[in-house]
Amino acid sequence: MQTLSAVMVHVLGSLINLDHPGHYINWGFIQISVANLTVIILMVIVFILAILIPFHRPGGGGDR
Amino acid sequence: MTIDTETPVNPSADLPEDAHQLTAKLRHAAVEALPPQKLMPDRQPAYVASWIYVFGILTVSALAVVILTGIVLAIFGPNWWHVSTVGLFFNSLHLWSVEVFFFCMVVHLWGKFFMAAWRGRRRATWVTGVIAFVISVATAFTGYLSQQNFDSQWISTQAKDGINSTGAGAIMNVTNFGQMIMWHIVLLPLVVGILVGGHILLVRLRGVVPPFAPPEQPAIEVKQGVPADTAATTATAASEVQA
Repeated sequence: MQTLSAVMVHVLGSLINLDHPGHYINWGFIQISVANLTVIILMVIVFILAILIPFHRPGGGGDR
Repeated sequence: MTIDTETPVNPSADLPEDAHQLTAKLRHAAVEALPPQKLMPDRQPAYVASWIYVFGILTVSALAVVILTGIVLAIFGPNWWHVSTVGLFFNSLHLWSVEVFFFCMVVHLWGKFFMAAWRGRRRATWVTGVIAFVISVATAFTGYLSQQNFDSQWISTQAKDGINSTGAGAIMNVTNFGQMIMWHIVLLPLVVGILVGGHILLVRLRGVVPPFAPPEQPAIEVKQGVPADTAATTATAASEVQA
């Protein structure tokens, strides 16, 4: 059981290795961490998808 | 004289002689402003059928997880959340539910900004949302200061100069762990809870903001005896000539 949990921790933990100093992007006076930039890009993508993807509406038109 | 003990008494029934009481007045005002059907409606307008309207309730759901995991962390304390595997799990749940909370709140904020959601007497709804966002940032900040690890030490020593430069350092000492944890688990969550509760009540009171009206189509005059499509072609040609 301990072996299984150790394997799970290893597999899940190795998906994204966070055990290192953060990576930063520098552009002039702008400095942002890769992690923060990733989250901002993800938010923009989710925002656009939320507008474009049709919402399933049971029962057709009118008030739901 | 016999006393009827069989007939059930409804203590909430309105009695005319109690109408002047503060409780009766408050109850009437509350029910008049937000009747139960309006407070918890079964249906929403058709335009709410969009994924962009989902992010408000996702934010509230994430906040519920934040509060519940925070209560568990408060019960067992730092030794538990830093050492025990279950404690580490709850610590992570608390962190990641905060991440989801902010993620959904920002998408919700963008959606409402581009809808100009303050239209139609909804200014208070917008303002409570914006203030809740700002106070949430402060709550998260005091959370980072309350971790009881090297991260929190680093963040507090880095933040103190910034806080002092605003003048807030006179009352808010970010290197004072006792003060920061009290702000994090008592004062700021209370303010966020009140603001979010008020925000939701205002959404129910004023309703969800409707979309912008589509731009008006240019009126096309239909001449007597001319088919509509011909008239439209003529009108289009005329507008092109004018352009």
